[in-house]
Amino acid sequence: MIRLRVNGVEQSFDGDPQMPLLWYLRDELGLMGTKFGCGVGLCGACTVNQGGKAIRSCVTAMSSAAGSEITTIEGLGRGGLHPVQKAWMQLNVPQCGYCQSGQMMQAVALLKNNHKPNDADIDKAMAGNICRCGTYQKIRAAIKAAAQESA
Amino acid sequence: MNAIANVSRREFVKAVFSTGALVLSASLVPEILRAQTSAPGASPKDAVLRPNVFVAIQSDETVSIVAARSEMGTGISTALPLVLADELDADWTKVKIQQADADKRYGDQDTDGSHSVRSFFDVMRGCGAAARYMLIQAAAAQWNVPAAACEAELGTVIHRGSGRKATYGQLAAAASKLPVPEQAKLHFKPKGAWRYIGKDTPRYNLAALCTGQPVFGIDQRVDGMVYASVERPPVFGGKVKWYDEKETLRVRGVHQTVAIPPFDPPCAFQALGGVAVIADNTWAAFQGRQKLKVVWDNGPNTTYDSAKYHDELKATSRKPCKVIRNAGDVEAEFAKHGKIVEADYYVPLLAHASMEPPVAVADFHDGKVTVWAPTQDPQTVQSAIASELDIPVENVTCHVTMLGGGFGRKSMADFSVEAAYLSKAVGRPVKVAWSREDDIKFDYYNSTSAMYMKAAVGKDGKPTAWLQRSTFPPIPSIFKVGAVYGDPGHLGQGWTDIPFDIPNLRVENGPAKAHVRIGWLRSVANIYHAFAVQCFADELAHLAGRDPFDYLLDLIGPPRILDLNGADYPNYGASYKSYPIDTGRLRRVLELAAEKSGWAKRKPGDGTGWGIAVHRSFVTYVATVVQVEVNAKGELRIPRVDMAVDAGLVVDPMLVRTQFEGAAVFGTSVARSGEITATNGVIDQSNFFDYPVARINEAPFQTDVHIVESSAPPGGVGEPGVPPFIAALCNAIYTATGKRVRELPLSRIDLRREGADSKSSPS
Repeated sequence: MIRLRVNGVEQSFDGDPQMPLLWYLRDELGLMGTKFGCGVGLCGACTVNQGGKAIRSCVTAMSSAAGSEITTIEGLGRGGLHPVQKAWMQLNVPQCGYCQSGQMMQAVALLKNNHKPNDADIDKAMAGNICRCGTYQKIRAAIKAAAQESA
Repeated sequence: MNAIANVSRREFVKAVFSTGALVLSASLVPEILRAQTSAPGASPKDAVLRPNVFVAIQSDETVSIVAARSEMGTGISTALPLVLADELDADWTKVKIQQADADKRYGDQDTDGSHSVRSFFDVMRGCGAAARYMLIQAAAAQWNVPAAACEAELGTVIHRGSGRKATYGQLAAAASKLPVPEQAKLHFKPKGAWRYIGKDTPRYNLAALCTGQPVFGIDQRVDGMVYASVERPPVFGGKVKWYDEKETLRVRGVHQTVAIPPFDPPCAFQALGGVAVIADNTWAAFQGRQKLKVVWDNGPNTTYDSAKYHDELKATSRKPCKVIRNAGDVEAEFAKHGKIVEADYYVPLLAHASMEPPVAVADFHDGKVTVWAPTQDPQTVQSAIASELDIPVENVTCHVTMLGGGFGRKSMADFSVEAAYLSKAVGRPVKVAWSREDDIKFDYYNSTSAMYMKAAVGKDGKPTAWLQRSTFPPIPSIFKVGAVYGDPGHLGQGWTDIPFDIPNLRVENGPAKAHVRIGWLRSVANIYHAFAVQCFADELAHLAGRDPFDYLLDLIGPPRILDLNGADYPNYGASYKSYPIDTGRLRRVLELAAEKSGWAKRKPGDGTGWGIAVHRSFVTYVATVVQVEVNAKGELRIPRVDMAVDAGLVVDPMLVRTQFEGAAVFGTSVARSGEITATNGVIDQSNFFDYPVARINEAPFQTDVHIVESSAPPGGVGEPGVPPFIAALCNAIYTATGKRVRELPLSRIDLRREGADSKSSPS
């Protein structure tokens, strides 16, 4: 039996310990904000936070999630919008929106460690998250806006 | 043709809206769809008898507006309702958007070809104006004053003389009993009074998109649903010889396997066939599939090798082909022993790779199917499933979910057909989830094309004769076995319609047999045609020692309506009278892009370069200036892009700018690394490691979009940004490195500077 906390709620799982966290979140818990994009950790659509760090849930086995605190887009900004979400809205970032949960979870982790990221920092942190609609210019601006808001 | 009807008291409406709601419907046949929908016996009267709802105003002040087009990120489900809301003078904050199911009464719902606003602007406006008229009539009757003394303002009707006011919600019940005004009685707001059109409005569901709430196809859940993953024939047209499911059935969570029969050619929108694994969750289905043992009969396409095919396309383009447009006599001019320039251009197959791979949920019971799909074309989902399961189309209900990108892939119904077939086979609702590998390997690819260009150049450096041949496996091949020539619609994407002022001009198309499924990808044939035309023009400019911008203006020639020399040119379904090719508009965007980018003051050199290109597609005019930096290692950076856009009337400039910013990124992906290849008929690529798309550090750093103030009717915005971007990028690389890019993608080219880059210095 694997125990973990998801968005502050205790959960337990007794299925295949090799099952990626992504499919547990989506198919078992019904938390559909975290998306499937590639299944091999190359696109970032499945990004969630584990103890404050951004991880790719599609390549994180349930056994590696055991005992940890997982935050998904549904758990971000409980009690109000997170500054990253506010900035995403203010700058009208999403187009189709599919990758944006992952983008925001990655940005949250970036800003946790770096309160004032420059362009190179943003490139480095965000290069693992693909947006096929091409919202990168707005993502960059929104991260800077969120950094100001959080400062 | 645009008949608006009051359906407030119809039974089907009562099920959806509260009693006393004013509900208007419109039956419509937009210009682009007239040919397809004018079925024998159909009349506008029939349509009015079975109307489709576009707007409903309820007593609680809610204004529901239907979005009948699919939302894949373009913002169309915001833009079209905005048009209706503006004419109605509704309070946008009280508007609720409802996504329409598949229903032919909405007209063609295939959200492709960048024509949603062009085709539906007048319809939405008409509905808004009619509802406003009826609300004013209702208020005037209640107050016993002339309707002319009342006016609408932001969800209320006001009688100016007395200052009396009533809200739309208060008036809805009375208005719902009134007849719909005749078209002639409708008066439309003057442009200056527009409240929303022409102003930046965020997407209606922005907050939901920023909190992970929208339901995409992959997020759809139905009670009792099982999950399926399908092992498909690795070669197009192949089939299962036999398979062994023993190991698969041992995987925890796997229920069963189901064989899906091969398609009956032509493939059109049928499922590819194969073996499906049915399981408790997506992961178990994927795992079970890995344990399948399948032996395939690969069929005739095992001979397909993309490298060999490339050479064949090129050889075809080197020979005289089918003439599709001709002016003057190019051969006579070529024979005059002047200066001749020749070049071969090539673009490979391209995959869509939308972030949400294809997926669909279907529930079959009692001979009826309900399907939930991220589809661009819900009515084709209905017809394809009806045909596969041999049931009436009316027995297929298609709910359109949000689309995690589409780019043309999701106009295809194959994945929905799989879900319906499997649900019938297992007797439960089934979700078919495609992996990324499935998506890349079983796409309807954008066609590969070899293009041969030849020009005779006069003493002034301008071409006196121009010949171009394009050879590509055409989209008609998915609908007709053995189709090898391009259809007028796709040849009209940047090829037939070359807008240059050259006395001797010949446009040709060569035959090519398809060995994979060919489909539509954002801007389609314009991708390769604009690349060849706009880069070859740039070659000639440099050969002539001319500034490419000035040279392009000379090639386009004076402002005029382009004479297509009698060629078959469908013009994206628009009439040539309303939407002619206006070289004046082409010149204007070119001049604007040059001005805004600072083209005249550019100082390329030391690995930096500027490129320019201009192209009309989907009746919209776009010019692009791209700046690049190429370092000593040959690494490319794109610091800035300027796009000048004349898309006619623009509904939501912010959404439009976003489409063009996105097009620059999409074009970057195509140019940098877009390449699908095949060996023995099997697609070589499978995921983002071997089919890379542009990431934040590779995409243009800054794209500025400059929208031309235009009184022309609305054009497309989703696709037209892609074609000129790619050409301008390659032209910029030439000035930066001296390398002329004639074959994409760039990943195959060593971009380290050549010594001979002096020839690239701009005048």
